[in-house]
Amino acid sequence: MALEYFRIDDRLIHGQVVVGWGQPCNLGFLVLVDDAVVDSEWEQELYKMGAPPEMDLYFDSIESAARRIAEYRADSRNGLLLTGDVTTMAALQALVPQVQVVTIGGIHHKEGRTARLRYVFLTPTEEQELRALAARGVTVVAQDLPNTPAVPLEDVLIGDGTG
Amino acid sequence: MTMSEGPRAVVAGHGKFAEGIISAVQQITGMGHLLTPVSNTGLTPAAIETAIREAMVVANARVVFTDLPAGSCTAIVRRVSKSSPDITLVTGVTLPTLLAYVMGASIEESVAKGREALGAVEPPRGA
Repeated sequence: MALEYFRIDDRLIHGQVVVGWGQPCNLGFLVLVDDAVVDSEWEQELYKMGAPPEMDLYFDSIESAARRIAEYRADSRNGLLLTGDVTTMAALQALVPQVQVVTIGGIHHKEGRTARLRYVFLTPTEEQELRALAARGVTVVAQDLPNTPAVPLEDVLIGDGTG
Repeated sequence: MTMSEGPRAVVAGHGKFAEGIISAVQQITGMGHLLTPVSNTGLTPAAIETAIREAMVVANARVVFTDLPAGSCTAIVRRVSKSSPDITLVTGVTLPTLLAYVMGASIEESVAKGREALGAVEPPRGA
């Protein structure tokens, strides 16, 4: 099955990822692409403590993830790659055009963001970045959990935060 | 001991977990006021951290119970405790653990109470 999921989630590795996706999708590994985490052993330990022992965690920068993507895709286990923001995912996809589906798992409220779904809040810049991803042929959807419907980007962007 | 005194703590978790489990503590012991709930619902990691820090100040608490070892609240309290090592974090909290804690048990005793209470109950013989 290999690396199947590309998720944007500002909480990075947390319950929804490890349990909500990890168990039903039988995830064997997670790839966290985050320049701050990849340079901090302490941060990596923090995330390792939260993951079940049977789930491997790999930490990458955008560049190292792009270099190793073939290795991840060849892995026989199911995998999920995470970024904490739209910009990082867009930068990765620019280097790895094989990334064809990107899922917004959670981008939460902060100043300057507008509510689009109950778990998706976006700044105008983030909306532009997502539109640009879609314009490059990437299917962008929002889906917090595997048993909820995937919401197409065009529907996300007209949302009012109640969906 | 007056009603306002006692071992204080913050309970942080997903959805209405904290609010719900504290309501159970209140129903059973009348001591739910010793616990301050925090929900991560709809919050960025930075906002969760702010909420937990504020709850600790308001509650004058140095103990935080969280619901899930892999959860965002747990990761954030671990991060906060890096600069504040006097914070005690207990993950996977259950009602028996909280009941023991508000009744005055130590953290170790409270955790043990939670572990002791967890089990699958076998059906009665002949059922």
